[in-house]
Amino acid sequence: MSTLTTTRTEPTGARALAKRLSLHLDTLPTAAAVAIFIGMIVYGEAAYGRIVQFNTLSNLLINNAHLIILAVGLTFVILTGGIDLSVGAVIAFSSVAGVMLMNAGWNPWLAVLLMVLIGTAFGAASGVLVQHFHVQPFIATLAMMFLGRGLASILSTVPERLADDSPVRSLGAQIKVYDGPKVNDVVLTPGVIIAAVVVVAAFFVLHRTRMGRTVYAIGGSEQSAALMGLPVAATKMWVYIISGTLSGLAAVVYTARLGSAQNITGIGWELDAIAATVIGGTLLTGGAGFVLGSVVGALVLGLMNVLITRDGGIPPEATTIITGGILLVFVLLQRAVLARRRE
Amino acid sequence: MSANAHGPFEALKGLVRRQYFWGIVAIALLLLVNLAKDPGYLAVSVGSSGNLVGNVIDILRAAAPIILISVGMCLVVATRGIDLSVGSVMVVAGAVSMEFLKGAPDTVGSGLAAIGLVVVVSAALGAVNGMLVSVVGLQPFISTLVIMLAGRGLAKVITGGQNTTATNEMFRWTANGHVLGLPAVFLLALLLAVAMGLLVRRSALGLMLEALGMDAKAARLAGVNRRALLFTVYILSGVLAGFAGVFATASVMTVDVSRTGYQLELDAILAVVIGGTSLAGGKFNITGAVIGAILIATLDKTVVFLGVSSSATPAFKAVVIVALCLLQSERVRRAFRKRRSAVAVRPAEREKVAA
Repeated sequence: MSTLTTTRTEPTGARALAKRLSLHLDTLPTAAAVAIFIGMIVYGEAAYGRIVQFNTLSNLLINNAHLIILAVGLTFVILTGGIDLSVGAVIAFSSVAGVMLMNAGWNPWLAVLLMVLIGTAFGAASGVLVQHFHVQPFIATLAMMFLGRGLASILSTVPERLADDSPVRSLGAQIKVYDGPKVNDVVLTPGVIIAAVVVVAAFFVLHRTRMGRTVYAIGGSEQSAALMGLPVAATKMWVYIISGTLSGLAAVVYTARLGSAQNITGIGWELDAIAATVIGGTLLTGGAGFVLGSVVGALVLGLMNVLITRDGGIPPEATTIITGGILLVFVLLQRAVLARRRE
Repeated sequence: MSANAHGPFEALKGLVRRQYFWGIVAIALLLLVNLAKDPGYLAVSVGSSGNLVGNVIDILRAAAPIILISVGMCLVVATRGIDLSVGSVMVVAGAVSMEFLKGAPDTVGSGLAAIGLVVVVSAALGAVNGMLVSVVGLQPFISTLVIMLAGRGLAKVITGGQNTTATNEMFRWTANGHVLGLPAVFLLALLLAVAMGLLVRRSALGLMLEALGMDAKAARLAGVNRRALLFTVYILSGVLAGFAGVFATASVMTVDVSRTGYQLELDAILAVVIGGTSLAGGKFNITGAVIGAILIATLDKTVVFLGVSSSATPAFKAVVIVALCLLQSERVRRAFRKRRSAVAVRPAEREKVAA
């Protein structure tokens, strides 16, 4: 499945690349991300070995399914020129609340539904603040970030363990798709399938529906979009709701894989998700970008973690510094490309 | 302040009209709540060493770091920017100073050297923000978000993931010492805040910051040096956060890499908004920010005093921020204005409709 997903990403990205590159330089960051991803794989294989094999790549997908979902949600928001800083905190609150409810005897699937809806509620709150009260997106979602983190801390400050026989764990259960030699199997989890479905759905919505085109139009110029009669207000509400809902979904996937939830889960994930989106070629100012690019961005970050662990010489604390550095480099790249285009 | 000449009544009227007046009211209300629970809450006594001791003094001591980051944030917000990195600059400052003092002798000189080192490091972090915002033209919240999240990682790398402890009497004095019976840390913070206030209000600096926040293009046409100004405010904000980090770590002489300065960005933003500074930029009020910071320190102490879990405060503060943002938003203001004018204008409107 891992190979399947990568092959699905590569040709579409490459075809779009060839087509778009002749028109403008929008795709340069995405192409750079794909190049970096391939370069990292080659380097990892050469330096540490055992990278290009089924179980490593399967684990890459399994361990980053939640990040892929987050990055997809954030792509919608960033495409409109907004931002959602609350994703990590929403995950913390949603997962702690969900696990506690399950442990209190709720029907697990009802709790899972509630976890997703908590995300929706946070997204809707941000959307209302941004759209109806004209609060700057980062202020509104920053407030939601502290609110989510605070509510999670009120609920519990210790790790809440999911019961061992909880059916929700089946979402994180590993399914052997192809039995390779020794432990070198192609493995995937329902969480990975959920992430794949989210990616495909998001791709469809953004590129094949009116709403998706409106998202791009708002990012290009909100005023022009409104003058063209596009439903700007409703769409801006929707992107925050989508981002919130996907955060809730990411909470489900992550909790099912890890089997526990804590109020400090997801600290700094907003940076990871923003970095994944930006590395994937979405402009922070909005209007240009691809969902599939964000997936590549998320995989680049995931692979970076794998390489750091393999290397062992870099302290794990330095990961956020490296992520921040990569994000900055890509933002600078974007500005350079934009400046070139304007000339 | 300008009302001084018109007698105390006019002065009071001027005070009431300022937004931070409501901050003062809120501080008084919180103190009243505490007083209701414990009638001796406000009592200040002279301690064994001749220093003032009491809950109010504790509040002032706790307010010191918040005052510093709020003043820095206030200047940044005036330019329509934001500095999300203040909490992380605090922890980096704490980590640098503790790592330095761990190996240094317990002398006044090494204490001063540690503070000097903090100023350099926090100014450098501020300069990174300033460069990204002014030269590269990045949105302020993205560049400072990177420093906010990477800064904590940096602090962990500096201390090797440990909570470093050190001893230095001079360094410790900045947080625990007393001058004239009052906590030195509060006086130092107030001194820095007043210095900042004089710097921006007695020169054209404040005016230029506001011009930049109102309309960057018009400010440029008027000859305001945008780049240099942005550089200056982000460096100032960084250095003030560095001092706040010194104060926060010096009281216990330990840096807690995951908790020092954690979520203090929220406090700073809240203090600034309470003080009447608009997040949309173009107007700022340092006195208000200081009062907002004291209000937040009072709130923190009250929550602990009332026995509410302190983990609930961030959520509560977030709700207050949302409420204040709503009050500042055009839509709500219009609704208020409409209601007020509807009462006055209604007869005229009816005539118009009839005509």
